[in-house]
Amino acid sequence: MVPLFVVVPLAMAFLIVMVGRRSEFISDFLSNIGSGFSFILSCAVLFILPHFSSRIIVYKIGGWLPPVGINLVVDGLSSFMLVTINLIAFMLNIFCISYMRKYTAKWKFYALFLLMLAGMNGIVVSGDIFNMFVFLEIASVASFALVAYGVEAEELEAAFKYIIMSALASSFILLGIAFLYSYTSTLNLADLAGVLQAKAPSNVVVFVSVLFILGFGLKAAIVPFHAWLPDAHPSAPAPVSSFLSGVLIKALGIYALIRIFYNVLGVNKALLGIFTSLGVLSIMVGVLLAIGQMDLKRLLAYHSISQVGYIILGLGLGTPLGILGGLFHLFNHSIFKSLLFLNSGAIEYSIGTRNLEEMGGLRRKMPVTSSTSLVASMAISGVPPFNGFWSKLIIIIACIQAHRIGLAFWAIVGSILTLSSFMKVQKYAFFGSLKKAYDSLKEVPWSMQFSMVILAVICIVGGILILPYLSSLFLWPAKEVLVHGVGYKCLVFSVLR
Amino acid sequence: MSSYILCFVLFIIGLYGILRKRNLIKIIIGTVICEYAVNLFLIIFGYRMGGHAPIHSPGADVANMVDPLVQALVLTAIVISLATTALVVAVAIRIYEKYGTFDITKIRKLRG
Amino acid sequence: MKKSYRQEAGMSLIVKVVTRLTVGLILLYGIYIVTHGHLSPGGGFAGGVIIALSFIHLMLAFGREEALRRLSKRFISFFEGLGGLLFLIIAVLGYKAGYFFYDWLSKGKPFSLFSAGTIPLSYLAIGIKVTFGLFAIFLALIALKFKVKE
Repeated sequence: MVPLFVVVPLAMAFLIVMVGRRSEFISDFLSNIGSGFSFILSCAVLFILPHFSSRIIVYKIGGWLPPVGINLVVDGLSSFMLVTINLIAFMLNIFCISYMRKYTAKWKFYALFLLMLAGMNGIVVSGDIFNMFVFLEIASVASFALVAYGVEAEELEAAFKYIIMSALASSFILLGIAFLYSYTSTLNLADLAGVLQAKAPSNVVVFVSVLFILGFGLKAAIVPFHAWLPDAHPSAPAPVSSFLSGVLIKALGIYALIRIFYNVLGVNKALLGIFTSLGVLSIMVGVLLAIGQMDLKRLLAYHSISQVGYIILGLGLGTPLGILGGLFHLFNHSIFKSLLFLNSGAIEYSIGTRNLEEMGGLRRKMPVTSSTSLVASMAISGVPPFNGFWSKLIIIIACIQAHRIGLAFWAIVGSILTLSSFMKVQKYAFFGSLKKAYDSLKEVPWSMQFSMVILAVICIVGGILILPYLSSLFLWPAKEVLVHGVGYKCLVFSVLR
Repeated sequence: MSSYILCFVLFIIGLYGILRKRNLIKIIIGTVICEYAVNLFLIIFGYRMGGHAPIHSPGADVANMVDPLVQALVLTAIVISLATTALVVAVAIRIYEKYGTFDITKIRKLRG
Repeated sequence: MKKSYRQEAGMSLIVKVVTRLTVGLILLYGIYIVTHGHLSPGGGFAGGVIIALSFIHLMLAFGREEALRRLSKRFISFFEGLGGLLFLIIAVLGYKAGYFFYDWLSKGKPFSLFSAGTIPLSYLAIGIKVTFGLFAIFLALIALKFKVKE
């Protein structure tokens, strides 16, 4: 059952390449079946997982036992990420039914989208470091093509920058994997953890940690390596921007980073210090650069950098409450950032511009878009009772409990500045007086409205994920995996007996 | 040991190409050189003293082969870098069509 | 009245005659490398690149329209998808023997052509996909004809 996460989107992508040219309906239908099936499967795994011993499913590919064979591992953290990725992918696929009519060759778009989804699912379920690298490259190459999808001059320039920087990061990651293999002569994640614990601490592990922070940090757009994000994310079509900003930088960057550092290499105080300082730097740089922007999607892209800073700050605290806050903020950010990018896509579909100064008073003509945009802006700024408030509160409480009052101060300042810049967006875009040229504006088609409303509903009720029953199903297993640290290998090998 | 240092020198040359050259195609060539250097490092690591090629044929000596796992890793990495290079070259051709130049100091429409 | 070959698309007469002789040989060599992947070095990817080279050789010598007449774009994307799908089907059929990707054919005598389980079939699927994928990449790269700004 576990390989189906990768096989179904991949098979649908190849089917769309074969038969999708004929009619638009076939490619729509196949693509939605593929992502809908993955979503239902990920929810099923979430409910089935407590029935397995030590909450972990280990699948041996081809029947070969690790460390000789490759295995797929689904534990609490993987099931959490799977639900996040597949939920957003399904919503975006429904959105694309109407939105991609503006571009040519819809079947090519769906094929690339499903390839990216298969790659991301593959990273999350793989239990082998080189397998993770291969799926990371599949998802990255698909995203390169999607960023340059509508071939205008600015999109090509942004895509070129993104490709060169991302290829360099991949070379660093491969160099890190090469050093790790040369030191331990195994590639399986659980086996690596065991071998590294048995050997004495050495300089090779420090060098490999630096290479991985460089490589995965660039994929996650943490601050010294963020320069590709403000160009690449606005240039893509809106569903691709929300997929990239909402899920790709987290599945490729943050998930891979924490899986390798917490479960394989082992964290120590210096590493956690690096994470918290990079987190605070990302929060402040992202928010300060976002305030002056007049292009809506570029503003949202800078806010992505800032919110990823919150996630890294929460994860870098090292305490269980901090890790819980970081993971919860990861889920929440996927939901409201995707919703914000979908709103900007809806505005662009109706009006044709992304410049805030040319919009105004859209509230009367597009009620669904403006109300969901208000919900998402409240959620990202941390206004109670939306879901962003609860996750930011947990992160700030965790900072105070760990006696790092300075970090809590910067987190609160970042939140206030986020609120101010989203008030600006709301005022310019939705409130105010309607321009004469927009008198005949209509609301966007039903498929786009459906996705936006579902995501907004999740934003409003997302706070209930903290309640005991739901959080023991969804958040606590993910946190337990990271808190156990290098005990991961014991879990994997105990299930294989 | 000296072969590992030469791999690093090759990587630094590729990095120099990405950072300091102004022509789009030269930047792409720098990226390709970086990827070659990493593949070469992996292959050289797999060598065992006095080993021969890991091909199993009737009557071959099984005990003294070089590491075959590394060769599988490098084959995959070569395919990945081929896909990336093909994509970035296609993007560069279309940039030339839109902007009329290959010089990156003149391709600066996105700012801020 | 014999049409002069030089006025048509493509390269000169000598190149066209030699191409007619060598294209078949290159194709045969590529197919040999794909099918003997489990016995000697090579396999799906390297063999697929060589078969794609034979198609590109045809296109370089005879011009774009002539090559596209034999292999249209719909044909290429159909077979590319088919190659990938075939690989996944071989992997999923392993389910009936217990695990995904299991070697479900008999292993046969070592070092003969029909041996080693599902590996030759996987190489065939990869060979098809790589061939048409590379040829499609080549077509995409030469698709533009534009005037250089003076």
